[in-house]
Amino acid sequence: MKTNSPLQWLTSREGIYYLLLALLLLVVLPLTLDAFRLNMVGKYLTYAFAAIGLVMCWGKAGILSLGQGVFFGLGGYCMAMFLKLEASTPEATSNQSTPGIPDFMDWNQITELPGFWQPFHSFSFTLIAVIAVPVLLAFIIGVAMFKRRVGGVYFAIITQAIAAILTILIIGQQGLTGGVNGITDLQTLMGWNIRTDAAKTTLYFVCVGLLFVSLLVARQVQNAKLGRILVAMRDQETRVRFSGYDVASFKVFVFCLAAGLAGIGGALFTLQVGFMSPSFVGIVPSIEMVVFCALGGRYSLLGGVYGALLVNAAKSGFSESFPELWPYAMGALFIGVVLAFPNGLAGLYERYIMPLEKRLPVIGKYLDKDSPEPQAPPVVSDQLSAEKS
Amino acid sequence: MNAQKENFLLAVEGLTVSFDGFKAVDDLSFYLDPKEIRVIIGPNGAGKTTVLDLICGKTRATAGSIRFGGNELTKMKEHQIVHAGVGRKFQNPSVFEDLTVFENLEVSYPQGHTVMGALAFKRDAAVIEAVERIADTIFLSDQINEPAGLLSHGQKQWLEIGMLLIQKPDLLMLDEPVAGMSVAERKKTAELLRVITRDHTVLVIEHDMQFVGDIADRVTVMHQGKVLSEGSIEHVKKDPKVIEVYLGH
Repeated sequence: MKTNSPLQWLTSREGIYYLLLALLLLVVLPLTLDAFRLNMVGKYLTYAFAAIGLVMCWGKAGILSLGQGVFFGLGGYCMAMFLKLEASTPEATSNQSTPGIPDFMDWNQITELPGFWQPFHSFSFTLIAVIAVPVLLAFIIGVAMFKRRVGGVYFAIITQAIAAILTILIIGQQGLTGGVNGITDLQTLMGWNIRTDAAKTTLYFVCVGLLFVSLLVARQVQNAKLGRILVAMRDQETRVRFSGYDVASFKVFVFCLAAGLAGIGGALFTLQVGFMSPSFVGIVPSIEMVVFCALGGRYSLLGGVYGALLVNAAKSGFSESFPELWPYAMGALFIGVVLAFPNGLAGLYERYIMPLEKRLPVIGKYLDKDSPEPQAPPVVSDQLSAEKS
Repeated sequence: MNAQKENFLLAVEGLTVSFDGFKAVDDLSFYLDPKEIRVIIGPNGAGKTTVLDLICGKTRATAGSIRFGGNELTKMKEHQIVHAGVGRKFQNPSVFEDLTVFENLEVSYPQGHTVMGALAFKRDAAVIEAVERIADTIFLSDQINEPAGLLSHGQKQWLEIGMLLIQKPDLLMLDEPVAGMSVAERKKTAELLRVITRDHTVLVIEHDMQFVGDIADRVTVMHQGKVLSEGSIEHVKKDPKVIEVYLGH
């Protein structure tokens, strides 16, 4: 549990898992995939940010949010607004009736840039907003819900309703938000063309870098006493309360953390994909994010990353050949996870592959020195807590 | 009466709670002296657990006051009541099953109770010393790194008592601490409570009259949300009203 120096940590069992992921994302995939496929992996990884947030919020603290798409989308829209303003110079939009405003506003007979768009001329403001806007909304929802002790299924339903509301709002306010098409035709970031293959590859590495920063931040929270309080809250909320903790403030914190992470993911999505639309905000993407997290293993941060990668890769592969079958496949996957391996891939790994590691020559002995740190509770207690609630 | 009031650790006066018109606790008053061991007994549904719920803030009073030290508990939030010095053990052992015994006690250690505090919290020598000392008191030194989910029922009860002790509360409230325990565990628990009661004020709900006789300074008998009788164990045992509704003939 205790790590003394970064070097010691990197050679511990957990450190090796992180190194392996880094090796895969920074060396293996860039060397084997072409720029187009690598960009797709980059897109999948943006969902991993949301999945890491859900591991903390749902896996550790037991708060299921079915509205992470909201925060992902807000982060993405903040970035898209900045890029759109940069693309909408008076010269580039000289054929509009009002040059200098985004094209969709012009189509909707808006003649002046709305006030809330103004600050997005500034890149530093945008970078702050990418995290601050989702966190602020999460804070408001969290305070309103958790201080009133709304939890469990009710909370999940409310987050889902918020996802629906935000989608409707974005689509309805076409002149302000680009409506159902979203904010499209994004070209440059501070004058740097983000549509070239080279730019996409650079953005991929930025995305991987930020993913590791997010993983380490989440890991820091998980290993602090706060992480154990989150787990304790999941098991016995009342006991935590009567051990002198204001449970609501801890829930608000972890919900904001998850929202901030999702926001970063959303901004990176916009940069790599080149547009943002309501279809990444609503109920379906929010539930997909829960599936990534569940499949990867909701108690494991790395599990969340692998879950996002694998489900999205499967989704692309599957929908390229059988587009109409994908929703069924995904539904089946989710049922399979819930019934057969509730702790996800991370749980399967711990149960079946970890015992085999010891048999490996050299490495096996080496890993054996480190006693594995159980990430997931035994399945039995999981079922018990399900019965209780 | 009023001059005396300041000497009480806990003063419950006119406490009433009504659930849809049913008065689970009805105009209840009692007083605890510092370092006193008080046992509440009474038939099922007498409102014993509800009294503890009201004191620790789990249930809100309809009327009346609960004064503890200088604080009016009826107006405080649960975690504030804990910080004021009231610890509560629940009837069913509620420990954190996925955490080890050490972590269970560490979470209860009275430091780093805010979000920022919990992020910055360091497991220093003082914490380790306190946790190990308490683990020793509650007979769990050998299990200190085991997940609490693997403990026996009795051990979980002890762990929860330990989690209260490490908070250093002025008032400890225990709801049926020996229920569901084996004879051997029961004996050890009585021993544990004797150690605890040396320097805490304790409010216990218990049915086992032998056990009550062993530990109680004074006994309060409750019936239908009211105090039926109060005094030494001999006194209440002889009280005809108590014999009628609770002890039987």
